[in-house]
Amino acid sequence: MYFGRVVGCVWCTTKNPALLGQRLLVVQPLTPQLEATGKRLVCTDSTGAGAGELVYWVRGKEASFPFLPAEPPTDTCIVGIVDSVHAQALAEARQPTLPDPASVPAGAHRKNARKPPSC
Amino acid sequence: MILARVVGTVVATRKDPRLEGKKLLVLKPISPEGKDEAGYVVAVDTVSAGYRERVLAVAGSSARMAEGCKDTPVDTAIVGIVDEVHLD
Repeated sequence: MYFGRVVGCVWCTTKNPALLGQRLLVVQPLTPQLEATGKRLVCTDSTGAGAGELVYWVRGKEASFPFLPAEPPTDTCIVGIVDSVHAQALAEARQPTLPDPASVPAGAHRKNARKPPSC
Repeated sequence: MILARVVGTVVATRKDPRLEGKKLLVLKPISPEGKDEAGYVVAVDTVSAGYRERVLAVAGSSARMAEGCKDTPVDTAIVGIVDEVHLD
């Protein structure tokens, strides 16, 4: 599943009968930090998402599963509306920012080093 | 699903029997604004799309769920003709 933002919608009068009644929305994929990434695409919608809303969407055959037993020919579908994301802290914890070696004085890393216990 | 423009046709005499009678079109993916994007793709047409028309294409195994494509060796199908794209 991927993050995305709804940035538009598509009208099709002539379409595959299995797509009748489906909403078609233009979605901009996002990173977990909510920056735009990749090409915009057209998704069906199973949640009633609106313009500008932060959503998550699935790719592949699974995109048609929300509509079972109907099987509309769709390969991308919005399956949830995002309330909040806590990915920023997670991403920073995984990739700690190291200080620039040039700005750290020599031996600084030893200053706070734990001393061996004295007997 | 991607937006694309029909830029040509494909004629194939020898092909899988399950593809007989299917119209094959060459698509050029486009952005929602209508600008061309990289690459081309050949798709089976299920909505009688015409030359230069903007269409909606579905890729992968979902393409087989389009009407008339059940159990056919197809991985891209045109499932809609685009009237209008509205961007916020």
